[in-house]
Amino acid sequence: MPGKLKAKIVAGRHLPVMDRASDLTDAFVEVKFGNTTFKTDVYPKSLNPQWNSEWFKFEVDDEDLQDEPLQITVLDHDTYSANDAIGKVYIDIDPLLCTEAASIISGWFPIYDTIHGIRGEINVLVKVELFNDLNRFRQSSCGVKFFCTTSIPRGYRAATVHGFLEELVVNEDPEYQWIDRIRTPRASNEARQRLISLMSGELQRKIGLKVLEMGGNAVVGYLQCFDLEGESGLVVRAIGTACSLEKLSSGSILNTHTHPNTAPASNACNSPSKDGKESPLAHGCRSTHNSPVHSACSAQRLSQNFSISVPTLIFTGMGSGGSAGKEAGPLKTLLRQQTQTALEQREFPFFTLTSFPPAFLLHVGGVVNARSVKLLDRIHNPALGNTRSYKLLDWNSVTADEPETRDAWWEEIRQEIKSHAKALGCHAVVGYSESTSICEEVCILSASGTAAILNPRYMREGCLDIGSTDHRFEEPSPPTCGFCHIPYDELNMPFPAQLTYCYHCRRQKVPDVLFTTIDLPAEAAVTGKGCLIQARLCRLKKKAQGEVNATAISNLLPFMEYELHTQLMNKLKLRSMNALFGLRIQISVGENMLLGLASATGVYLTALPAPGGIQIAGKTPGDPSNEQHLLTIQKRINEATAKNKELYQINPPELTEEGVGSPIPEPRQRSRLFRSHSESSDEISELDLSHGKKDAFVLEIDDTDAVEDIHSLLTDANPPRGFYSCNTETMPGIYNWTSGIQMFTSVRILRLNNTNLTNQGLNKIFTDLCENLLKSFYFKLRSMIPCCLCHLNFTVAVPEEELIQVAVTAVAMTFDKDQTQEKLAEKLIPKGGSDTDEQLQFPMELCADSSTINSQPSSKISGVPESTNISSRAASVDYGSFADRCSTWLELLRLKAHTIRRGSVKTSRRTQSLAHSVSSLEHSSPLPDGRSRSLRSSRSFGGSTVTVVKMTPLSFLPGTRIIKYLGIINMFFIRETTSLREEGGVSGFLHSFIAEVFAMVRAHVAALGGNAVVSYSMQDCVLMENPNKNQAQCLINVSGDAVICVRESDQDSLASTTTIGHSCSSTTDVTT
Amino acid sequence: MSVELDVFVGNTTIMDEEVYQLWLDGYTVIDAVKVRREGGVLDECEANADVVLSDTMDQYRTFQMCERLLHSPPKLANQLLFQITPHRQTILIERYYAFDDAFVREVLGKKLSKGTKKDLDDISAKTTVTLKSCRRQFDNFKRVFKVVEELKGPLVENIRHHFLLSDKLAKDYAAIVFFANNRFETGKRKLQYLTFQDFAICAGQLINNWTVGAVGPDSFVDNMVEDMDVDLDKEFLQELKELKILITDKDLLDQHKSLVCTALRGKTKAFNEMEANFKNLSRGLVNIAAKLTNTKDVRDFFIDLVEKFIEPCRSDRWTAADMKLYLTHYTNSVHILDTFKHQVVWDRYMGVIKSCIFKMYHD
Repeated sequence: MPGKLKAKIVAGRHLPVMDRASDLTDAFVEVKFGNTTFKTDVYPKSLNPQWNSEWFKFEVDDEDLQDEPLQITVLDHDTYSANDAIGKVYIDIDPLLCTEAASIISGWFPIYDTIHGIRGEINVLVKVELFNDLNRFRQSSCGVKFFCTTSIPRGYRAATVHGFLEELVVNEDPEYQWIDRIRTPRASNEARQRLISLMSGELQRKIGLKVLEMGGNAVVGYLQCFDLEGESGLVVRAIGTACSLEKLSSGSILNTHTHPNTAPASNACNSPSKDGKESPLAHGCRSTHNSPVHSACSAQRLSQNFSISVPTLIFTGMGSGGSAGKEAGPLKTLLRQQTQTALEQREFPFFTLTSFPPAFLLHVGGVVNARSVKLLDRIHNPALGNTRSYKLLDWNSVTADEPETRDAWWEEIRQEIKSHAKALGCHAVVGYSESTSICEEVCILSASGTAAILNPRYMREGCLDIGSTDHRFEEPSPPTCGFCHIPYDELNMPFPAQLTYCYHCRRQKVPDVLFTTIDLPAEAAVTGKGCLIQARLCRLKKKAQGEVNATAISNLLPFMEYELHTQLMNKLKLRSMNALFGLRIQISVGENMLLGLASATGVYLTALPAPGGIQIAGKTPGDPSNEQHLLTIQKRINEATAKNKELYQINPPELTEEGVGSPIPEPRQRSRLFRSHSESSDEISELDLSHGKKDAFVLEIDDTDAVEDIHSLLTDANPPRGFYSCNTETMPGIYNWTSGIQMFTSVRILRLNNTNLTNQGLNKIFTDLCENLLKSFYFKLRSMIPCCLCHLNFTVAVPEEELIQVAVTAVAMTFDKDQTQEKLAEKLIPKGGSDTDEQLQFPMELCADSSTINSQPSSKISGVPESTNISSRAASVDYGSFADRCSTWLELLRLKAHTIRRGSVKTSRRTQSLAHSVSSLEHSSPLPDGRSRSLRSSRSFGGSTVTVVKMTPLSFLPGTRIIKYLGIINMFFIRETTSLREEGGVSGFLHSFIAEVFAMVRAHVAALGGNAVVSYSMQDCVLMENPNKNQAQCLINVSGDAVICVRESDQDSLASTTTIGHSCSSTTDVTT
Repeated sequence: MSVELDVFVGNTTIMDEEVYQLWLDGYTVIDAVKVRREGGVLDECEANADVVLSDTMDQYRTFQMCERLLHSPPKLANQLLFQITPHRQTILIERYYAFDDAFVREVLGKKLSKGTKKDLDDISAKTTVTLKSCRRQFDNFKRVFKVVEELKGPLVENIRHHFLLSDKLAKDYAAIVFFANNRFETGKRKLQYLTFQDFAICAGQLINNWTVGAVGPDSFVDNMVEDMDVDLDKEFLQELKELKILITDKDLLDQHKSLVCTALRGKTKAFNEMEANFKNLSRGLVNIAAKLTNTKDVRDFFIDLVEKFIEPCRSDRWTAADMKLYLTHYTNSVHILDTFKHQVVWDRYMGVIKSCIFKMYHD
């Protein structure tokens, strides 16, 4: 008997009136776990009942504890007829199973009914007593920590990163069972909610088991998705990255990562042991969007695969298996060999992380992308007759001769991704994610990631102390540019690209543009600011069934990928930028069209060459009127480019070309032509258009489509003054965030009434839809200026024929406009703090000093190993002079070997000084639990019992420090209405539903003792409506990490709110 | 092509105060957009008409969803659906319960019944306050009335506690409740010149001096009497009848007059008129007092004050200072009348009358 679950029902409030005669309610509560149910007494005639029940005890297996939610049902007692249900609360008790997370769940939960929404609140206490289970064959995985955050969580250190985790469970969808015809919509919704809750519990348990098998203790970057496949079933799948995390505590190993972006000036000075200095650049689970499916499945299956690796276009048909890994330079091979020992055992060297500890990521190759079109079939279900009320199929139990399952599909795609990464000379894929789009019986499976070479030391056991061993693998190039260096062999490139020597270190080759799905590494050198870049595309297709349909779709996909890529490239050039981060390409399928949306954050990487301008070329020179037209367009483009340069402050230092040597192996500089064309892409020609200007990017105008394309290129409005936007965690170039944040979700659905739309017309509508959404955000959030919309996550879907749905979740964060160039100063301050212990006791004073430290370029600075800007600049001078002398590759190689040794020495010195700084900071104990409780209570305002819970899709909250992770929040809700008009139409319906979902997330976090959700994401928002019947139904799935955070005491000025005062005193307590 | 659905939900509920006011004022979305555009909102953040429309609709929806909570403001602080800062909550409540003086003037003293509600469209037409806004204000009055009706204890405190209103607004609501409960006539043409604030101050005087609660805790062991601030003190009204002696007893009347005239002589230009009208005016005031036992006469209290006292004085062109002077001496001189035994009742009566007339004596 490994666990005892205890629950107590305290009280209710704001209950609905259930008895019209008395305008009151006779409420009682049923508490159910597994098959055991307890009831409270009836509390007669009250809308605010005080049950104050005994502790209900459930003795259960820990396996059940992980799978099952605690189910609380509030009912109205009726003497003569059946008791009426008021609503339910499902409580996931997983956070209680982990010793480091929450210890008790206590608070007010909204009572939720799938038909009526929130109907009052109930106060509940839940505790778990776990007994040690020594059975090694146990099926549970209690104690494995889950994080949605796609970076190493703050306050933790990754001792080992074990690798990729995936799992899926399949079941019949209750909505499509025969019984659904006779039961009420409420019963059907509840069955579905409960089933999905069970399935995700089971999924999490199984993933946990895999982690334990691998020897890890945590899952980072956990992403769970639902595929509602209609009659063919319900799939819940998850991916994540297994890690061995260590809590950073006093005397422990160094905190390797200085937090450059968000930490306030004197961040580390008075932060106690559990420092939040980890990388801020991680982002939450990405979302997939599933279209509801209604139709029957066919017996045949069809699969059409193709894949593309960007920035070129390699088309791989099914079975080609991609190109084999090519021979790289000798050094790279050496490096790879070392790494492969760690990675080889793994089937898929994939990582769902998007942001990494420094030195983890050595090189980035580019985006790898694979899609596959499948026909859905009824999922084979061998588990029929199981004693449980639901039937599950897990992929382990599928034998080889059984029908193709979802697992096989995904495995195929992952293999594809793996081979693409190999083709790019990389052994790993980072920033990896998977998604699906379903329409009727057709399903597009997509996977994408960034091919990369990783530092092997993180992947091996017994190699925990960073910097103390394995100097051989210290990165040979400075961190500011190292990741840009090409991992593939330049003589045998997987795709045509233009290579130059790195503009930073001048020693290694870099490509002219770099696309990635990860966040910008914290240590990367960037010129100016970044911005959101989106490519949008609609393609009409004929309505069809079965295989014909699937074939049509898979024939369209390559063209869509190509055009999206072209658009991205053009828009990037127009903004004078040379790299994309956080790239996410989504292709959504509908009955008569395909929607493509690619979002990314463009930046100017200092290490990469400056992009050339865009040039327009006509196909028929000679025609004077056409020439005139071209000139005007060219003028407009030039103006836009100049304006963008100014707007994003892109003023790269003019570098002299001397010493760089011959930049490319080709004798002639090449310009690839990117021309968007709707029918064919096989015309990609390579023109020699050296129009005097280097890297000129030529757009050829030969038909009206091309004109349209250029117009659409120019119609993208820049954000209004005071606003920035990006889809990564934070905006490159902004470092001084203030504490104002506003997370929001916005959904818009457009109905296309015009049946005779062309591709162009559709494109325009779709582009306007996205642009108008952005404009709306800017307008609504104008009171927050100066502010940045971060982690703008667009999800597109075609819920029905003629409908286009776009859902966006993002966070607006304010920043201090006056001191945007603080990055340097921030890096200095922690060092200042570590130098003298006295300063620790006067954190405020130090804080005041920071500005002076900031402003004076003291000679000390150059000695600080942490200040990447400086050190790298110094390095670039060094390397530059070396590079001067080395003209051949071999010489370079020798040099590299030399610098590897140098680098290792340097790094060990750095670690020493850091270790010193940390240990001097951390002769203290972490905050006791009691303190966090008291913090929490002090937060509640003006007699109200409601805790303020902040939510953000980012992994951190500016101006605060996360002191504890309380567990994962993963919730699934269904809402249905049969009185759509009365609820304000679909907009009113969805508006209140989203507000309710937020409310329930906040309530659960508050009950765990938390005050914020980080890495929040809305994976699914599926809306079905039938206005004629006055009905609508919506499914929403959200997830995130519940945390306790405290304000950085030194973030704001001394005279401020009490909360600051509180945390101030607490930090002083700790440090003295 | 049409927008089928368009929502924006923030974790912290976003509310634009300007749009809130437009919503409260009963503007339709289209009209509100027009007003906002005229107000120059398009210049902010490069907005266009669609953006403003979408924003306005979102906000209107949010307000509609909040409205249910605003009906019992303490719920707003405890509810979980919307995360609204306390400061914002206060603004939301205060604005929601704010009312137009023009509107309240129309319904002041009327029964807050369905019948009155039916007349709201007329009131709306007359006051140019939109019907929607009229309904909201009327429902607010009615809601506050219903809640405090059943409560014990001081009226203003109850309103403030149950509706979380500011002191000023709570007092105004107390006046509205008091007027509605006693059904004071305020709509007659002769009373049209009086503003709501005039009446509110008078109501405050009446509540503080003439109700059961006004007598103070010493006279009641338990001062938590139901309706203590809403109903006039019956005993007191009965006692007022005794004041009649001031006009029925000829000696007393003459004595009173000579005392007042002596005190006033030479101090005001209107002395002659005062002397000539003394008996009339005194009769007027004392008769009002004597009749207050009848509910009907309570209703006519203000009209009587105007007809019997204010109008005669106004036709004699008394200044406000004259009025103050006269009433002060008129009240105080009674203290010197040895044979008059009802000094306490007299003071309690005249204290209120004086304040009311001071407030009401203007153009």
